[in-house]
Amino acid sequence: MRRLVAIGASAGGFQAITQILGRLPVDFAGSIAIVQHRRADESSLLRELLAQRSRLPVIEPCHGTLLRPGHVYIAPPDYHMLVEPGSLALSVDAPINRSRPSIDALFESAAAAYRHRAIGVVLTGASADGAAGAARLAQMRAPVIVQDPTTAEASTCPAAALSRVPHALVLQVVQIPERLIALCGGSPDPSE
Amino acid sequence: MALQVENPDADGASGPPLDVAQNVEDLEIQLLLDGILHRYGYDFRNYAPASLRRRIRGIVEKEMLPSISSLQERILREASCMSRFITSLSVPVTAMFRDPSFYRALRSEVVPMLRTYPFVRIWHAGCSTGEEVYSLAILLVEENLYERCRIYATDLSDATLQRATKGIYELSRMRDYTHNYQLFGGQNDFSSYYTADHERVIFSPRLRKNIVFSQHNLVSDGPFNEFNLILCRNVMIYFDRSLRDRVLKLLDSSLCRLGVLGIGRKETLENSAITTRYGELPSKVRLYRKES
Repeated sequence: MRRLVAIGASAGGFQAITQILGRLPVDFAGSIAIVQHRRADESSLLRELLAQRSRLPVIEPCHGTLLRPGHVYIAPPDYHMLVEPGSLALSVDAPINRSRPSIDALFESAAAAYRHRAIGVVLTGASADGAAGAARLAQMRAPVIVQDPTTAEASTCPAAALSRVPHALVLQVVQIPERLIALCGGSPDPSE
Repeated sequence: MALQVENPDADGASGPPLDVAQNVEDLEIQLLLDGILHRYGYDFRNYAPASLRRRIRGIVEKEMLPSISSLQERILREASCMSRFITSLSVPVTAMFRDPSFYRALRSEVVPMLRTYPFVRIWHAGCSTGEEVYSLAILLVEENLYERCRIYATDLSDATLQRATKGIYELSRMRDYTHNYQLFGGQNDFSSYYTADHERVIFSPRLRKNIVFSQHNLVSDGPFNEFNLILCRNVMIYFDRSLRDRVLKLLDSSLCRLGVLGIGRKETLENSAITTRYGELPSKVRLYRKES
């Protein structure tokens, strides 16, 4: 059963995301969609930096890009990235929580399209974006993983998500890859 | 690698039962769209579902209603609610000179071709609140081409077009717009194109002189002229694949031979109905020339 991992991060997210991607095996069986808050420019530097630090292919999708297992999709700057069953959609609707891309937009669409087969991951950030979306995922009985706010570079994002989803799984960043492999399928990290 | 497409509902039995509320919402959306089609003739059934769902939820909230079903009731009974619905579906939030490299390429690769025509017709399809139309007008003014151009700027929503026609924008956006204009390599002081008070700016009427703002529905209306340049940026991301192909055919039939089609940075003509007859211009910013 294939799953969709939706990851949201804001301030301090780059390091947390690379720690997770760096520990996922090439045969990781889920698709990973990431919203990292970023400036609205045309640069695809973030994609390149993540690709250098991951064994999985990292893609900045176009509208309609198909989701494939073991692939990572990073939301392009100045677009919302939404999940459809089996593909990604983009939008230029108004910023949500002053952010475009917005984590809520990703999570809510993942909840509607993948329901309990989605997995939400809320990482460090200094905004409440993602909390409402995490609640939607939880409503669909999708697992929600929240980075331990006490170890996050910025705790607002994970703390807000926890207040909306109190039973979320609280983990250190280094524990998250193992959990994702258990949920989605793939070889355990040999470095563990 | 084999292409694997997911169907999240394919394995029904192995997970927990699918959430009933979600299924009800899917049904409500379907009924709402059917109702709108029967009552008003607008067909939103082939809009991209994830964005549409988000927007409909937003409208339900804005109308302070408890559900999509109650929105359906209000829309069927009150035409004014239908207008608000259309307006909220037609207002993506864009910026002047969004993607400056696109406008740089328009200037360097497309303007020389436009100069060869005694009279230039341009269609800006899905112009929303007009930011990108005024950007195009500024570009043409700076290239001394504006006087021979006519820009047809169309949108689904009359209310949105009225805003575009006024050319009034928040002063607070001007910092970003000026930055974009500078990245584009504009020749003047950006503020010379508008007049500001303490909250808003109004763009100069001379930019509007050759722009015709007009209502047009890409889903149901046909071609209305032949154009040398068509811009339709970040519009087709709101459509599903079949509707996108229909709209591309409409744009294609409205474009003269060797005319240029510009789409959004994250849109593509790949795997579309018209891809074989178009070549992307060298700057690779989603400007395509119709080759046959």
